[in-house]
Amino acid sequence: MSSLLLFEQVLNGLQLGVMLFLMAAGLTLIFGVMGLINLAHGSLYMVGAFAAAAVAGATGSFLLALAASLAAAAAAGAVIEVGVIRRLYDRDHLDQVLATFALILIFSEGTRWIFGSFPLFLDVPDYLSGPVTLPGGIQYPLYRLVIILAGLVIAAGLFLLIGRTRIGIQIRAGEADREMIAALGIDITRLYTLVFALGAALAGLAGALVGAIQSVQVGMGEPVLILAFVVIVIGGIGSVKGAFIGALLVGLTDTLGRSFLPGLFGLFMEPSAATTVGSALASMAIYILMAGVLLFRPKGLFGVA
Amino acid sequence: MRERHINAILLAGLLATALAAWGLDQPFTITLATKVAILALAGVGLNITLGLGGMISLGHAAFFGIGGYAMGILASHAQNYTPLMEAPLLIEGTKSMPVIWLVAIVSSALAALVIGALSLRTTGAYFIMVTLAFGQMLYYFAISWPAYGGEDGLSIYVRNGFPGLNTLDPIQFFGLCFVLLCLVLLFVARLGRAPFGLALMAARQVPARVEAVGLSPYRLQLVAFVLSGAITGLAGALFADLNRFVSPAMFSWQTSGEIMVFVILGGVARLCGPVAGAALFILLEHWLGALSEFWHIYLGALLLIVVLFARGGLIGQIAKAEAAHD
Repeated sequence: MSSLLLFEQVLNGLQLGVMLFLMAAGLTLIFGVMGLINLAHGSLYMVGAFAAAAVAGATGSFLLALAASLAAAAAAGAVIEVGVIRRLYDRDHLDQVLATFALILIFSEGTRWIFGSFPLFLDVPDYLSGPVTLPGGIQYPLYRLVIILAGLVIAAGLFLLIGRTRIGIQIRAGEADREMIAALGIDITRLYTLVFALGAALAGLAGALVGAIQSVQVGMGEPVLILAFVVIVIGGIGSVKGAFIGALLVGLTDTLGRSFLPGLFGLFMEPSAATTVGSALASMAIYILMAGVLLFRPKGLFGVA
Repeated sequence: MRERHINAILLAGLLATALAAWGLDQPFTITLATKVAILALAGVGLNITLGLGGMISLGHAAFFGIGGYAMGILASHAQNYTPLMEAPLLIEGTKSMPVIWLVAIVSSALAALVIGALSLRTTGAYFIMVTLAFGQMLYYFAISWPAYGGEDGLSIYVRNGFPGLNTLDPIQFFGLCFVLLCLVLLFVARLGRAPFGLALMAARQVPARVEAVGLSPYRLQLVAFVLSGAITGLAGALFADLNRFVSPAMFSWQTSGEIMVFVILGGVARLCGPVAGAALFILLEHWLGALSEFWHIYLGALLLIVVLFARGGLIGQIAKAEAAHD
């Protein structure tokens, strides 16, 4: 039983991990290319989830809902990039933090204004609901499995995009030397908007995918944003590979910690105290992991020293 | 107008508002003024790291919350007549403000020492993310620890006492908070001119030169971070006493963001910037909140305008000729 439970929890951890990767990849790209710390990334996650819930409610189609989440988040991303973010590239981090904090306030309250304070629900479509039996006789929800696979496919696509395509070369060159690539005749302004919209679309998609297993509500993005920051600190800013490894580490640590730490403490403590200490410690596990990485690799596992 | 004069006008204005409200028998306005004094104190704490030290901490809710919980835990034990700890030595809860303040200051300073020692291993954007993450860690800890109310928080039925004062009287509690604010402002003003403050500002501007004269920027910044955390912790204890309630919300990232907003609206690295910022924030909350349930939209828009177009905040706009003390 224990190994079955372990396997199931590992899958849950992977599912959280790939979703965190979708958030962290955008953040780290935006930071790497434009040098911008974007607190409003969680709002884009929320925009994606709300767009998906609204479109699913109107049309009943889950695929259309996903498309809507991509489109809405990318559009919102492009709009704030052109309207606000663009003015922040040359500013210090403090101004970036404040302006993007202001954007969070505007997005959150704006969404509350349009959709109300009650959570929306986005249902998993029939063809993706229900459990599947995996080799070894494990029952696992099909939808979560699809999320893991979708996340891995998107991750692979992102690596190909950045490593193998012309636009990826421009993005990497933009990280290295923005004046040089501008001198080579690449429209850096357009490139920045594109990267920002790409990151926003990934966040929006993550919001829609997760929105179907949790509720869609105002403020859903910021806890995920902070987790994505932990991922980036662990993986190293600007490194998409670091974001991937960091996201899986954080996803697994969080999920496994929550399911096994209380039991582990139960081995040598009385049950009620073990549950308290175990679950309190589990809620802090990823931050302790982050503190450990800071002690030994202050620039993150894959950051450039 | 000189910054010194603006500071005097601000503090006198706050005092006059509370006194006038007292004379007109409007306890709610006194409570608002008290809230301004306390939130300003939290901002003054943050301003040491943000303004003098140039460290962008987005995790000061951690210290605000620790101060709040120091008050909540001590007072809840006192009101339930249960000791905090029996072995190895008996520790009783307390309803005495000076003791609570001391505990709040020491515990938030210790937390700031640990968080600062880890976070200051990084700089720039990493520092922002790491402090934000540690704040969130304490938030989740407060939620998942059931002994002190968990998600629901702790209610304290009667405000804690201060020898010789009746703290239940709004104007007396305001006086207490106001005096504390002034004392801390005096301390911070001295700190900014003392060798430590000068070295700290130098460590922000040119760390390499500070190192060259034999000072350690890391240590300077860590000491500043601890001082800053302790002051914000004291503000947290007062804030909890004002509301007679503590909850994990004091630890939330929104709280960190709002404390930072006070500092920015007023003007970074301005001594009384947080006082102006907190006053403006409370006024906006009061006026805009009455106009619209969604007043945070307007706050966000105002903040965007200040950041994009009116750098230097309120005091920066009024005292244009005089540079911030850096």
